[in-house]
Amino acid sequence: MKLHSTQSAAAGGQQVKKTGTKGAARQKILAFASLIILILVFSLLSGNFFRFDNLVGIMLSTAVIGVLALGSTFVIITGGIDLSVGTVMTFSSVMAGVFITYWNGPIYLGVIGGILAGSLCGLVSGLMIAKMKIPPFIATLAVMMITKGLSLIISGTKPIYFTDKPLFNQLTMGSIRGLEIPNAVWIFLIASVIASFILTKTIIGRYNFALGSNEEAARLSGVNTVLWKVVIYVITGTFSGIAGIMMASRLNSAQPALGSGYELEAIAAVVIGGTSLSGGMGSILGTVIGALIMSVLTNGLRILSVAQEWQTVIVGLVIILAVYMDILRRRKNKS
Amino acid sequence: MKKKQTKMILLCGMLATMLMVSACGSGGGDKAASSGKPYIPVISKGFQHQFWQAVKSGAEKAAKEFDVEITFEGPETETQVDKQIEMLQTALDKKPSAIAFAALDSKAAVPLLEKAKANNIPVIGFDSGVDSDIPVATAATNNKAAAALAADKMAELIGESGEIALVVHDQTSRTGVDRRDGFKEQIESKYPNIKIVDIQYGGGDQLKSTDLAKAIMQAHPDLKGFFGANEGSAIGVANAVSEMKKSGKIVVIGYDSGKQQTDAIRNGTMAGAVTQDPIGIGYQAVKAAVMAMKGEKVEKDIDTGFHWYDKSNIDSEEIKPLLYE
Repeated sequence: MKLHSTQSAAAGGQQVKKTGTKGAARQKILAFASLIILILVFSLLSGNFFRFDNLVGIMLSTAVIGVLALGSTFVIITGGIDLSVGTVMTFSSVMAGVFITYWNGPIYLGVIGGILAGSLCGLVSGLMIAKMKIPPFIATLAVMMITKGLSLIISGTKPIYFTDKPLFNQLTMGSIRGLEIPNAVWIFLIASVIASFILTKTIIGRYNFALGSNEEAARLSGVNTVLWKVVIYVITGTFSGIAGIMMASRLNSAQPALGSGYELEAIAAVVIGGTSLSGGMGSILGTVIGALIMSVLTNGLRILSVAQEWQTVIVGLVIILAVYMDILRRRKNKS
Repeated sequence: MKKKQTKMILLCGMLATMLMVSACGSGGGDKAASSGKPYIPVISKGFQHQFWQAVKSGAEKAAKEFDVEITFEGPETETQVDKQIEMLQTALDKKPSAIAFAALDSKAAVPLLEKAKANNIPVIGFDSGVDSDIPVATAATNNKAAAALAADKMAELIGESGEIALVVHDQTSRTGVDRRDGFKEQIESKYPNIKIVDIQYGGGDQLKSTDLAKAIMQAHPDLKGFFGANEGSAIGVANAVSEMKKSGKIVVIGYDSGKQQTDAIRNGTMAGAVTQDPIGIGYQAVKAAVMAMKGEKVEKDIDTGFHWYDKSNIDSEEIKPLLYE
C-alpha cells in the first residue's frame, strides 16, 4: 500500500515527502522513547550520570559525529551512501590547518576554506556517481582513500597545530557568557535546524526524497536527476567540512590520521534514527536522536565502567534492535 | 554510449596501474638492486604517529652512517596485523641483507620469520620486538619498567593515596598490555592506599580518549590522578581535564611526547611524562641489523632506555633530544 503511493507520487515529489515524513515520524517517537528510557536507566544505575556537566559532555561528544550524520542523512535518503565523510572531515581539518597555520591566514578564511574543501570532495563524489554512473559505494570508497592519503601527504604525516591562534579553539570550546554550554553544541543544533530546513522546506529536499523513492520516475517527470544528485553530495561534503572544522577546533590541531571509522558511526546514527538505507524516507530529527542514543549509550556504559569489549557488543546489539523494530512497524503499516 | 563508458573505465584502470607502478618505483621497491648497497627493510608498527616518524629518522641516521639502503614502512593502525604480515612477505621476497621488524602479533609472523632464518636473513626486533627465538637482537624500551616509573611518580604526586584511572591505547598490543600491567602491578604491590578505579581503551584516538576520560571523571568525582599510556591517550586525558576545568587539580601523567603533550606539561595541565628514546630505537635496530649482516656478534637485548621528564627538565640537554614535536 505504502510502496504504491510512494511510486505514483514520485513525479509530484510533494506527496512522497509526506509519506516519507509520516513513516519517519513514528520512528522518531520510538527512537525518542528509547533515548528517554536509556537516560532513565543510566540515571538510576549511577548517580553521576544525570548531571548538568555530564549531559553537556554527552552533547559535546555528539557534536562531531552528529554533524557528520546530518550530512549522511541526505545521501542515504537518495538511496546512496557516503563512505568518505570521516576522511573528508579530516581532510577539511588539515586544509584549515594549511590556511590558518601554514599560510598564517585569518581564522575565518581557514574555516571557510576548510568547509569548501569538504564541499569540493562532495562535488567530486557527486560527479562520479551522477555523471560517470559509478556506484556510490565504490565512488565514495575511492574518495575516502584519496582524502585519507592527501591528508597525510599535505600535513607531512604530522599534526598541524592552531596554538598560535587561541581564538580558533574558542570557536567550539568557548561558550556564551553565563551559559556553561560549549559553542560546539550550539553549532550542532544550528546545523540540525538548517539541515532540517533544507530537507523539508526546499526544492532540494523535495527532489532528495523523489530520487530516493523512484529515480526513474523523477527523471521521466523532468527532474534533472544528475544535477540534484551532485547537489546532494555537495551538501554531505559541506557538512563533513563543518565537522572537520569542529574537530580541529576542539583538539586545537588537525590530526591527519584520525577519521577512518567515523563514517560507520555516522551511518549507524542515521539508521537508528529511522532513515532507511534503501532510500526514500528519513528525517533530520531522527538522525539527531540516533546520534544522541549512540553517545548516551557509550557515555553511560563508560560511567558504569563496563569493560570496553562489552561496550561495542552492546552498541552493536542496540543497532540491530533499533532497525528491527523499525522494520516490524513498517510491516504492520503495510498490512 | 556503452562503448564510451568501457573506454573510460579502461583509461582509468590504466592510469591507476601507472600510478601504482610509479609509486612503487619511488617507494624504494627496487632501490637495493639499483644502488648495490646492502638492503635492510624496516617494518614498524605504524608510520603516521610522530613516534614512528622519530624512529624512522633514527633508522635513517644509522643507514647513512653505515652506508646501507633502508625502507621504512608500517600499517596504518596497530590492529592491522594482516597488512603488516603482507609487508613482511614483500620485504622477504626482495631478498634483503637483514630485516628490522616490530611485530604487531609475533605469532602471526613466525612462519615468515622461520623462512627468513632458513634463508640466512638475520632478523632484528625493535620496539615491541618479536616474541620468539628467531631475532638475533631486540632494540626496545622496557615498557613495563617505564610504566612502573610513571606509577612511582604518580604515587609521589598524589601523596600515595586516592583514586586514579588509566586511559590506554588498546588491550591487545604488546605496548598497551605492558604499560597497563607495569603501571598496575607497581601500584598494587607498592601503594596499598591507591586504588585504580577504571582502565579504559581509546585506540590512541584523541577525540575518543577525551570523551572517555571525561566519562571516567564524571563517574569518579574524587579522582586524583590519570595516566595516559601513549601520546594520543595522554593528550585525550589532558584535553578532558582542561575541558572540565580541573587543570592542576588532577595529576596527569603521560607517555612519549609530541607538541601538545609538551605544551600541556609546560602550562601545568600535565605533571609530566615518561619518554622513550624513539630515535635511539630506530638507530639501534638498523645498527644491530648491519652488525648481524656482517656476522658480528650482537647483544641480544638492547635496552634503548626511558626517562621521566616534567616542567623542570623538559629543556635539559639530557631530555630535549628525546622529545619530538
